[in-house]
Amino acid sequence: MSLKGIILRHNKNTAQMPSEPLPLPNKVSIPMQQSIGAPCDVLVKKGDKVLVGQKIGDSDKYMSVPVHSSVSGTVTGISELLLVSGKVCKCVDIETDGEQKVIDGIKPPVVTDRDSFCRAIKESGCCGLGGAGFPTHVKFGFDDKKFSVDTLIINAAECEPYLTGDHREMLENTDSIFEGIAHIKKNLGIENVYIGIEKNKPDAIKLLSEKAAQQGGIKVVPLKEKYPQGAEKVLVYNITGRIVKEGKIPADEGVIVINVSTCGFIGDYMRTGMPLVSRRMTVSGDAVKKPCNVIVPLGTSFKKVLKFAECDFDGMEKAIAGGPMMGIDLFDLHDPVCKTHSGVLAFKKKNKEKEPLQTNCIRCGRCIEACPVGLMPTVLEKAFDNKDRETLKKMKVSLCMNCGSCTYVCPAKRNLAEKNQLAKALLRT
Amino acid sequence: MEKLTVSPSPHIRSGASTSRIMLHVLIALMPAMVMSAVLFGGRALVLTSLCILSAMAWERLCCLIMKRPDTTDDLSAMVTGMLLAFNLPPTLPLYMAVIGTFVAIVIVKMIFGGLGQNFANPAIVGRIVLMLSFTSAMTNWTMPKTVTDAVTSATPLASDDKAYSYWDLFIGNCPGCLGEVCAAALIAGGIYLVIMKVICVHTPIAFVGTVFVYSWLAGEDPVYQILSGGLMLGAIFMATDYVTTPVCKKGKVIFGIGCGIITCVIRFYASYPEGVSFSILIMNIATPYIDMITLRKPIGAEKPKKEAKTDEK
Repeated sequence: MSLKGIILRHNKNTAQMPSEPLPLPNKVSIPMQQSIGAPCDVLVKKGDKVLVGQKIGDSDKYMSVPVHSSVSGTVTGISELLLVSGKVCKCVDIETDGEQKVIDGIKPPVVTDRDSFCRAIKESGCCGLGGAGFPTHVKFGFDDKKFSVDTLIINAAECEPYLTGDHREMLENTDSIFEGIAHIKKNLGIENVYIGIEKNKPDAIKLLSEKAAQQGGIKVVPLKEKYPQGAEKVLVYNITGRIVKEGKIPADEGVIVINVSTCGFIGDYMRTGMPLVSRRMTVSGDAVKKPCNVIVPLGTSFKKVLKFAECDFDGMEKAIAGGPMMGIDLFDLHDPVCKTHSGVLAFKKKNKEKEPLQTNCIRCGRCIEACPVGLMPTVLEKAFDNKDRETLKKMKVSLCMNCGSCTYVCPAKRNLAEKNQLAKALLRT
Repeated sequence: MEKLTVSPSPHIRSGASTSRIMLHVLIALMPAMVMSAVLFGGRALVLTSLCILSAMAWERLCCLIMKRPDTTDDLSAMVTGMLLAFNLPPTLPLYMAVIGTFVAIVIVKMIFGGLGQNFANPAIVGRIVLMLSFTSAMTNWTMPKTVTDAVTSATPLASDDKAYSYWDLFIGNCPGCLGEVCAAALIAGGIYLVIMKVICVHTPIAFVGTVFVYSWLAGEDPVYQILSGGLMLGAIFMATDYVTTPVCKKGKVIFGIGCGIITCVIRFYASYPEGVSFSILIMNIATPYIDMITLRKPIGAEKPKKEAKTDEK
């Protein structure tokens, strides 16, 4: 039995395109908050010379991830920028010198136990690369008196249309993924490892199954092509049958879920000691002439990335950071790429008249059939419109993970997922 | 490039739309319309067209008076008009049909707020109002043209002995309303709707199944009961109306069973020979309560302390 969901057109036109490095931009702007948690304090000042891998932002808070420079060059200033996420945050602007000189002292971390492993992971600047950006060291640093974790799930579902970054990671960085798994297994004392891959990536399933067969305790699980297969709770249920309860985390059910690209990075980091300074992104959408996968230094502007893919800037009207289902619209193409951006999609102007208009809810129940966590979006929408907090609480709007399936299927073109987010905000006030 | 469109996720939408769903229903009604023309001649088409046009006219007029955007292009008024026409005898005076669409569209649908806001099925109420107001005109049955001695006669349910074979009932060789006589055409339309995922089979199966079982237990001929009267039309096209029936599958089954029981009670014990419309109307009224007891329990939700009983599972 698997949870409900919807069938999407994959549009993964970049799946067979090997990742290319983006030409070094002449300037980057690195935000001090790229993950969930506290923003970092800036460690450099205007005029400083910085090198690749140099820590330029850190915080003493546990729920925070340090930030490293992705380039070598000179700090031209500290600016305040309104990021895609809607938060204002300090950014370190660096003019690159083109040398990409790496800072001294980059060497594999010495890890002896779980604590030192978590400390090393924190120092690497690692956070969830799938999109949410949860600090990985916090995930690994669970209280082992409270939780007994026996299962690690590597999330390689990549259920969002267009995006192929995780797919390329599996094909191009296979060994690092398994190294990463080995480190996590050893240091966290986890027995079972599952790699969940949607069936639309048969080459990755085949390759990883072969590699997994050489090592014990790792199982590749082909998953149905059903959105949102890669959502944490959905993945945990579909692979292990365990239900992550309301307000709980997977560790409550003995499971840790990490993204496959995060895992690959951990493998790389444990081997080289190079912190997180670049990431793989998919550039696609109908306004892009040359869809591709690129390795982007963090802090590069989206515009540079789109330009590399020969985007038609005049003909486009929409740019999305992330996938089309859960990604966030960009309002300024000069915004920098952060650790959580798995792709950027550019779309042409649409013919507005062709799109069906919003009508009243016709109670067709499609949203209820689509919701993976079993909510009733149509009921929630009415409750929100009436500001009916009681019903919103009773009907568990807080469980909505904003996967957008309800809005996608709605024939009346109502913005159900958006209403759920507003309802959650209403309940918080 | 200067102006980027910003909207909340998701940024893609499925091709489904309200008007497309209504179009599917209209397509599904086509076989029954063709059969009504074959069985009752050109007047059937005249009556159907008049109902469709007047229904759309009423809706447009309402939108104008209420200063709302015109909603006729969602095609729901066409569906209502067509369904009402299918519930009328072929001899009905035309002005009565217009009164019927007035009741359906203006009183039942638009006054409550238009599409999605009405609590009862507009076509059903239109038919019931006509039935009570113009009883003799609404029960003036003629035999189909395909039968040689085409004269006024009783419907299969009203006649005492079984005047019609199963085959007659299945293909529509019997007197009755425009769209209800040919069970085969209605079932074909129903299969189309299920394949196109417009309706799910729960309500029709529960409705027809209940009538079958009840008739069998009550000593009536179950096959005769499910093929005659407006049962197929009601079960496939009226009891599956999204707006006035429960949203959950479980609720749809309860709705279907309720309709079946009420239909049989009216048919067997009341003075009306036919009970499909009344049963659907009564269950329409019960729908909010069925919805209340069939709320879906979210996965992983902590049990609410008080409402534990009303939850599913």
